[in-house]
Amino acid sequence: MSHHKLEVRSLHFSYPDGHEAVKDMSFTIHHGESVGIIGTNGAGKSTLLMLLMGVLFPDAGEVLVGDVHVTKKTLPMIRQRLGMVFQDPDDQLFMTTVYDDVAFGPRNYKLDEKEVESRVAKALELVGISHLKDRAPFKLSGGEKRSAAIASVLSMEPDVLIMDEPTAALDPKSRRRVISLLKSFEHTKIITSHDLDMVFETCKRIIVIKDGKIAADGTTEEILCNAELLDSCGLELPLSLQNCPLCGTSKG
Amino acid sequence: MSKVINSLYNMRLLDDLARKETSIHKLHPLVKLLTTLIYLIVVVSFGRYEIGSLLPFVFYPVIIFALAELPVAPILKRILIVGPFIIGIGILNPLFDHHTMVLGGIVISRGWITFLSIFIKCGLTVTASILLIATTGMDRLSAALRMLKVPKIFVLQLLLTYRYISVLIEEVARMQRAYSLRAPGEKGIRFGVWGSFAGQLILRTFGRAERVHQSMSLRGFTGEYNTGDITKVSFKDFAYLTAWSLFFIIMRIYNIPILIGSLFTGVIR
Repeated sequence: MSHHKLEVRSLHFSYPDGHEAVKDMSFTIHHGESVGIIGTNGAGKSTLLMLLMGVLFPDAGEVLVGDVHVTKKTLPMIRQRLGMVFQDPDDQLFMTTVYDDVAFGPRNYKLDEKEVESRVAKALELVGISHLKDRAPFKLSGGEKRSAAIASVLSMEPDVLIMDEPTAALDPKSRRRVISLLKSFEHTKIITSHDLDMVFETCKRIIVIKDGKIAADGTTEEILCNAELLDSCGLELPLSLQNCPLCGTSKG
Repeated sequence: MSKVINSLYNMRLLDDLARKETSIHKLHPLVKLLTTLIYLIVVVSFGRYEIGSLLPFVFYPVIIFALAELPVAPILKRILIVGPFIIGIGILNPLFDHHTMVLGGIVISRGWITFLSIFIKCGLTVTASILLIATTGMDRLSAALRMLKVPKIFVLQLLLTYRYISVLIEEVARMQRAYSLRAPGEKGIRFGVWGSFAGQLILRTFGRAERVHQSMSLRGFTGEYNTGDITKVSFKDFAYLTAWSLFFIIMRIYNIPILIGSLFTGVIR
């Protein structure tokens, strides 16, 4: 299934104010992989996601989805394949009901209303919020909003799911629900987060970014257990791997 | 502060009402929009002193209220919000227009008559507009506007403003809370910081707008707002439009209250 491949080749990007956010990044993500992209605030994670989605265009280098370059011309096709869930669900839920919001994408691709309906029903079912379909998005709780935002992307049936901080600002139970949801997806997943425990559970591969460059790329065990590497990149071990806060015994 | 948040929740009442399924709600949005437009034009077209002929136009909102099963009190409250503005517009009329006229044996200034006519007209038109939204909903209404070939940029602006007003209010509420917690004993916001307060708000709005636009274009948005299937105009819709238009036009041409009145007085004589 080579067409689900996502490839980044020596990507460079600087903002108009001269800040170099992404410097020479290259990696390939294959079909079915789950990749966590971690790094400190301002490391370039969000910029990288924007480059993948074609919201920003690189100064040099290229992004390939399948064998297609991300350019202005190919954007509609690319965006149908890559679904991105924003960090703040309020940015993503702008219609008056959850149903309309989830239907927004499919309707833009001019699907017929029956197909739209079945896709919306499927997406809502998948994230378990079918009962909320007639509610106004702004009246939902944080966890429900997050689920609705994920459904609004799933309804487009993307091959690759890209998520920016999917567990940010969620209570423990909602966070748990989102994690199990993420684990249940068979999509190719790209997740950026500071919630390293969540990344540990949901991703098999980790890319660490530091100052716009890739500092490390490897399996989750390899990277998230390497305290030295994480420390040098401004991060620390996932809480679940740290010493017990009560007795101080090491888990390792 | 809780007031701001409360108003936020109340604001969506019209949306909730628009999801009912009465015979009025089921009508084609375009038909309801046109009917309302004709109503507005006819009501506004009456002269300054013609109060009597305006009275039959109360029928329209009353019938819509009844058929669409809308709660009267909360909607009336919303109509009252424009009260102060109407008074502001009309209150000088009694001062400027000193001519008097006799109405049922009582001498009154014509200024008061024009004031009253402004008041009634505004009341009727605002009611009709609110009823349109309460029976149609913003999404379907904008679909109707698109059918009338209103440029999509205006329609989009209307819809997004409507949706994001709540987010904006939340933002204001947050900023005000942050301010008041660090400015004990102050009522409201000091004049000196209004500038930075407004500036901050507009910057946040820009940021938000950009992210919303990104999320829209990532889901295939190209400028056309698709609100789903809207059925074609049926015979029933057409009949609704024709019936009301005829009613409005007849009421415009003939002064029905006077006719009925003279009928009665004729009988008495």
